[in-house]
Amino acid sequence: MPLYLNDDQNMLRDTARELMGAEGSIANQLRKYRDMECKDGFGHALWKQFGELGLTGILVDEADGGLGLGHVEAGIVLEEIGRNLTPSPFLVTAVAVVEALRGTKLRERWLPGILAGETVAALAIDEGAKHRPEIIEARAERSGNGFRLSGKKQFVVQGASADVILVAARSDEGITLFAVEKGAHGLDVEGVRLADSSIGARMTFDGVEVDSDAVVGEVGGGEAVLKRVLNAGRAGASSELVGLGSQAMAMTVDYLKQRKQFGKLIGEFQALQHRAAHLYSELEIARSAAIKAQQLLDEGAEDAELMVSVAKAKAGRTSALAVQEGVQMHGGIGMTDEYDIGLYMKRDRVLNELFGDANYHADKVARMKGY
Amino acid sequence: MADLDSFRADTRAWLEANCPAEMREPVRDESDACWGGRNAKFKSDAQKAWMDRMAARGWTVPDWPTEYGGGGLSPAETKTLRQEMARIGARNPLHSFGISMLGPALLKYGTEEQKKRFLPEIARGEIRWCQGYSEPNAGSDLASLQTKCEDKGDHWLVNGQKVWTSYADKADWIFCLVRTDFSAPKHKGISFILFDMASPGVSTKPILLISGNSPFCETFFDDVQVPKDQVVGEVDKGWDVAKYLLGHEREMISGMGLGGNSGSLGEAFADVVAQDPLLRADIARFDVDALACPAFDDEICRHRAQQAPPRAGHGRRRLERARMGQRPLEEGQGRPRMAAHQGQFDRGRDQRGPARNRRQAHSRTPRSLTHAALPQ
Repeated sequence: MPLYLNDDQNMLRDTARELMGAEGSIANQLRKYRDMECKDGFGHALWKQFGELGLTGILVDEADGGLGLGHVEAGIVLEEIGRNLTPSPFLVTAVAVVEALRGTKLRERWLPGILAGETVAALAIDEGAKHRPEIIEARAERSGNGFRLSGKKQFVVQGASADVILVAARSDEGITLFAVEKGAHGLDVEGVRLADSSIGARMTFDGVEVDSDAVVGEVGGGEAVLKRVLNAGRAGASSELVGLGSQAMAMTVDYLKQRKQFGKLIGEFQALQHRAAHLYSELEIARSAAIKAQQLLDEGAEDAELMVSVAKAKAGRTSALAVQEGVQMHGGIGMTDEYDIGLYMKRDRVLNELFGDANYHADKVARMKGY
Repeated sequence: MADLDSFRADTRAWLEANCPAEMREPVRDESDACWGGRNAKFKSDAQKAWMDRMAARGWTVPDWPTEYGGGGLSPAETKTLRQEMARIGARNPLHSFGISMLGPALLKYGTEEQKKRFLPEIARGEIRWCQGYSEPNAGSDLASLQTKCEDKGDHWLVNGQKVWTSYADKADWIFCLVRTDFSAPKHKGISFILFDMASPGVSTKPILLISGNSPFCETFFDDVQVPKDQVVGEVDKGWDVAKYLLGHEREMISGMGLGGNSGSLGEAFADVVAQDPLLRADIARFDVDALACPAFDDEICRHRAQQAPPRAGHGRRRLERARMGQRPLEEGQGRPRMAAHQGQFDRGRDQRGPARNRRQAHSRTPRSLTHAALPQ
């Protein structure tokens, strides 16, 4: 969608495309760290490169040493990450957590490391099998100058390697977000390899003591922070899904132009052409929806949240369609580990769940529309 | 930028003063829209006044040159005008195939005389045009059309039949594809010709649809004489004009929701979906698509603002729009309770003949049923 992009955005896309296509490629990142059974599931050297190129500071204000750009720009990078299945802390750390830290005192503590591509941050929100941020049962009890946190969290992306974990808990004042440092006493972290070979974590907070400086924003003000964090994460995940789906489609269309059966290229069969054309239209709409949501977030528009849910639902369904069609049209080899197309299906499954799946967001759209 | 700001302020003030309150209400259906023409039947004085006031400023066709009745606005000004109209919910003052289809083709391929003669009366809503493209054996395969046009020295003689001609029975003039050379390969030998529907030998017969409406006609030409200066572009090269125009037609149909209804189906049927969680889920997924599509419309607008010709995007968009239009039908089927509680879910499913007082859930649905889902 070059028409959406200005010259600076095009340059950013070129930079991201070059980095992810080379250093961030499936062979150099996903397969490498998967096959060596890396406990973090991503490469720290590449994260450092993100820092050197300034990508970690896209959403960080210039006054804080960042680029002061917006969600559209973050989406440009995420689309390239999606295309290459690059395992990266970018979405959670540089988009969602940076959004949480915006305007808080905690940014002095954490932003320099994030900007340098050294610090990894995680979000501990989900507690059940599905993303339901409306239901938070983890507790925060007043204790001395601070709080004691208790409860269980799961699906904490990069939770096993994170230097800091933003955890959502319920205090007497309401939902509050706390920044908990790695290795805090009473915090148990269990790394879990997910379907896409990334490492998530289950966390148990058993009376973890934090002082009041650890509060992100205001005590009881967590819902507003969470709303911004989730909008940012969901819009970003939408772009990553669009990139993932677009590359799955590109690989599939290439295959349709190579594989011969019945004496013809299989791409000459109209039954497959229709499916490919349908997928192409769906991806264009999903990409437009994601960019629209990011533009509304950058404008601070009231109705951004609606469009964010539209984008996540649309991108999720479309990406799922792309990987299903991709594996199906590749035939038997689509199910082999040797071919990359199956890796796209696995990443799609995880990314669809992250920040709420298509059903969750369609339901949210319905609620926002009053039914 | 300052110029654009003052243009916006002036436009806003003028629209506030000149757009009648009635013309800020949503268009209920196509019969409620203003189509102009020699036999125009205006629903109200306000409808006529709104068309005339906009036409007087050239704003029925804001981006056409002023010498042809347009507003002479830049793409940025045109967009600003549309935004300001959308802000107050102002209706499109004039629906017209002359504006959306023929006009762009004339601007590109017409002679100066043709532009001066035909464009201003389109802009003023005085002449209503129809499109003579499809034939009984030339639908998707349009270039196999057989309507014959012979050079009789001082005039053209047209014989043949068109079908699916939208509103042929209400139109004043037709722009028509005819075969001028039967020996050439099928894409050659086609010409693009204009003539008056009141010419001797032209007759129309409306086609009754399952909706009870008849927006399309069969159109017959029996020894119709046409003056020599009414071919657009070169003789035998009408396919170029036709293709160019089709790009604009796709753009028009795909953009039908533009600036208009961005509501949701579930919102319109909140009381029904509250009683049926599975239907609610289906409708919610439908609404995700319905809300995602306008973002894609924005992309087309940007494309247009850069003055690029309509391209594959509009075909793609039309495909999506058509699909979107069909889905409420699919979702309505097998859901008799919805129909029972709310009257007709969609006009297309009514078997009872002419429209009575029916609730219309979604403006896209009947539109796509009458346009995008059928040939032409």
